[in-house]
Amino acid sequence: MSPRRKRMVFVVAILVGVGIAAWLGTRAFRGNVMFFFDPSQIVAGEAPQGERFRLGGMVEKGSVVKTSGTLDIQFLVTDFKHTVPVKYSGILPDLFREGQGVVAHGRLQNGTFVADEILAKHDEKYMPPEVAKSLKDNPPPPEPAPAPAGT
Amino acid sequence: MIPELGHFALILALVLSAAQAFFGIFGASRNDARWQAVVRPAVAGQFVLLCTAIGALVYAFVSFDFSVLYVASNSNSALPTFYRVAALWGAHEGSLLLWAWILAAWTLSVAIASRNLPASFASRVMGVLGLISFGFLLFTVATSNPFERILPAPADGRDLNPVLQDPALAIHPPMLYFGYVGFAVAFAFACAAMLEGKLDQVWARWTRPWTTIAWAFLSVGIALGSWWAYYELGWGGYWFWDPVENASFMPWLVGTALIHSLAATEKRGVFKSWTLLLAILAFSLSLLGTFLVRSGVLTSVHSFAADPTRGLFILAFLVIVVGGALTLYAWRAPMLKSPAGFEPTAREAFLLYNNILLVAAAALVLVGTLAPLIADATGMAPISVGSPYYDLMFPLPMVPLFVLVAIGIHASWKRGQLGNHRRRIFVGLAIAALIGLTIVYGAYGPAKWLTPFGVVIGIWIIVSSLFDPIDRLRRRLTLSRAIIGMTVAHIGLGVCVLAISTVESYTMERDAAIAPGETLAFGRYAYRFDSIGEIEGPNYDGLRAEVTVLRDGAPVAVLHPERRNYWVQRSTLTEAGIASRWNTDMFVAVREHLGGNRWSVRVQMRPLIDWVWLAAGLMALGGVLAATDRRYRTREAAQESVAAQGSAAAT
Repeated sequence: MSPRRKRMVFVVAILVGVGIAAWLGTRAFRGNVMFFFDPSQIVAGEAPQGERFRLGGMVEKGSVVKTSGTLDIQFLVTDFKHTVPVKYSGILPDLFREGQGVVAHGRLQNGTFVADEILAKHDEKYMPPEVAKSLKDNPPPPEPAPAPAGT
Repeated sequence: MIPELGHFALILALVLSAAQAFFGIFGASRNDARWQAVVRPAVAGQFVLLCTAIGALVYAFVSFDFSVLYVASNSNSALPTFYRVAALWGAHEGSLLLWAWILAAWTLSVAIASRNLPASFASRVMGVLGLISFGFLLFTVATSNPFERILPAPADGRDLNPVLQDPALAIHPPMLYFGYVGFAVAFAFACAAMLEGKLDQVWARWTRPWTTIAWAFLSVGIALGSWWAYYELGWGGYWFWDPVENASFMPWLVGTALIHSLAATEKRGVFKSWTLLLAILAFSLSLLGTFLVRSGVLTSVHSFAADPTRGLFILAFLVIVVGGALTLYAWRAPMLKSPAGFEPTAREAFLLYNNILLVAAAALVLVGTLAPLIADATGMAPISVGSPYYDLMFPLPMVPLFVLVAIGIHASWKRGQLGNHRRRIFVGLAIAALIGLTIVYGAYGPAKWLTPFGVVIGIWIIVSSLFDPIDRLRRRLTLSRAIIGMTVAHIGLGVCVLAISTVESYTMERDAAIAPGETLAFGRYAYRFDSIGEIEGPNYDGLRAEVTVLRDGAPVAVLHPERRNYWVQRSTLTEAGIASRWNTDMFVAVREHLGGNRWSVRVQMRPLIDWVWLAAGLMALGGVLAATDRRYRTREAAQESVAAQGSAAAT
C-alpha cells in the first residue's frame, strides 16, 4: 500500500470506530437515564408503571413505619399537595429523616413506590435541585424560622 | 485585626496579579525588558501576600475567632486542632483561597525554574498565569470573602461538616487542587507558545515535567477522595460515577492523553496542534470541575448548599478562559506543521490511539455528567444518569486502550516494525495468560467471562512494561528516571486493571438485620456480631460495635464499626469497620437500631480493593520519577537540546 492509502485506511478505521462508539453510546444512554417525578405527577398518572425512575420530595412527618427487627420500612413522600407511599427494604442513608428532602430510585407497583435505593447526601442544608424546584412550585406550609447562624 | 490584615493582603494580591498579567503579556509583545522585569517581583509578592492571607485565616481558625463568619460556620470550640486547620478548605470561601494560593505557589515555581527560558516566553507564561490568578482572586474578593465578619460574634461555631473530619479528606482537596491548578501551567505554556507563534520540541520539553507533576498530584487527589468515600461514607466501593467524582476524573483522562502526546511532540515533533488543544482542554475541564462542584448545579451526594451567583461567575470565567484560548488556537494552530510521517504501528501511532481513546472516554463521562444539566436547562424532563450508563460505556474505549498499551509499549518511534517485537508481545501474553488464569481459576473460581480477560490484560500490561527495562539492564545500560518512571506508571495501570477486574467480579455484599451473638455466613468467612456499646469522642458520642470475622471458624480480624452523633450539627455518621489484608478487605458498617436488639448492618468482602488505590499511588510515583529526570533539570542539558534540535525544529 502507498503511504497515502495507508493513511486513508487509518482514517476510515478511526471514523468507523467513532461511529460505532457513538451509536452504542446513544443506545446505552437512552436505556439508562432515569427520569424524575414528584408526588403530584405520580398521582396524576404521569409516571410509567413498572419502569425505574426517581421520586423526590419530603418525607412526611410521622409517616415512617418500621417493622421491628427487619430492614423493612414504609413512609410517605409529599410535595405538600399529594403523597405517595414508599416501601423500602435495606440500609437507609445517615441523613434520612422525617421532614427532610429525599430522593428514591425504584418502580411504581399498584400505587406504591417500591424503592431499591434511597439517595444519600451529606449536608443538612442541601436539597436535591429537583426536589427544591418541585417544592418551589408547591410551597410548604409555613414553618418556624430557622435559628440564626452560630447558635 | 488579623482577619482584616488577611483581607487586605488578598486585595493587594489581586492588584499584583493584574500587574503580573498586564506586564507579562504586553511586556513580551512590546519586547520591553523593563516591563518584563516587573513580572517576577509581582509573582513573588503575590505569593507572600497569599501566604499572609492563608496564615491570617488559619490563625482565625486556631484562635477560635468566631467573629469571622467563615470560622463560625466551619469550626467549633470542640473541634481538634488538626481539623481546625483543615477546616480552612472545608467550604467554598476557603477552598477558593487555597486554590489561589496553590496557583501562586505554582507560578512562583515557574518564575524560579524559568530563568533559563527565553525572557519573552517566560514573561508570557507568567502573564497568562497572572490572568487566571486575577480571575480567581477577583471572584474571591467580590463574591466569597473568607474574612467577612459577623457581628455580634456567636459564642460558638457551627462546626466543620462531620464527614469532612477525616485525615484522608483533610488532604484530599489540596492534592486535587495542586493537580487542577498544575494544568494551569501547561495551559499557560500552550497560550504562550501560541502568542509567540512558535512551538518546537524544546517547548514540549519545558512543558512536560510541569504537566506530569500536576497529573501525579491529581492522581493522588482522586485516589484519596475515592478511598475516603469507601470508608467514611460507608458506601463500600471505590468509584460511584458520582458527578463530582467525574468532575475530577475528566481532567485526569485528558491530562493522561496530554502527557502522552507531549512525549510524541518532544521526541518526534508530531501532534503539535493536538497537544496544544489537549493542554487547553485539560485546564478547561479542571475549571469545569470547579464550576460543577462549587456551583451546586449537580445532583450529587457531594453537592453542598451553594449560591447560584457564584456559579454564574465561574461559568463566565470559564467561557472567557476557554473561549479566549480556543480563539487563539483557531488563529495560531494552522501555522504549526508536524513534519514527520509515521507508520500505523509506530510508537507515534500508538500514542495517537491512546489519545483518541482517552479523549473518547473523557467525552463519554462528560456527556453523562452534563446531560442532566442540559435536560434541565432546555426544559426537558429532569433526568439522571447513573452507573448503568457508565458500566456499559466506559469499558468500550478503555478495554481496547489497555490491549493497545500492552502491545504499543514495544513499538519503536517512526518505523514501528512491530514484527521484530512479535516474540516479546506473544511471550508477554503467554506469561500473563498463565499467571492470570491461574489466579482466576485457582484462587477465586470461575466468574463472568470478563474477569479472566481483565486479569490477563492487567498482568499483560505489567509484564510488557518490564521487557524494555530488563533488556536495558541486561545490556548494562543505565536506566534513566524517565524510563523507570514510565515503567512504574504502566505497572500501576496494570495493577489497576487487575484489581478492578477482581473487585468487580468477586465482591460479596449483603445488608442484613442482626442481633448481638448472631453470625452471618459469607462463603468461607463468617461475621460474628459480638456486642455493641456506647462511646464518646472529643465532639461526638455514639455507638461502637465489635464484630469478629471468622475464616473456617477461626477468628482472623476484629472490626469496630461506629455510629457517631456529632453534637453541634446534630448529624449522625457511620464509621465503617474495615480490616485490610493484602488480598481482601473485610468491611462492616452498622447503620441503625431496628427495634428489639436487632441492628441493620452492611457486610462486604472486596478482594484486592486496596490495590486500586495502590495503583493510583504507583502511577503518581511514576509521574514524579519521570518528571524529575536529569534532562529536565540541568541547564547544560536544556541548552544542548536547544542547539541540537534548533535546526530540526519545524517552525
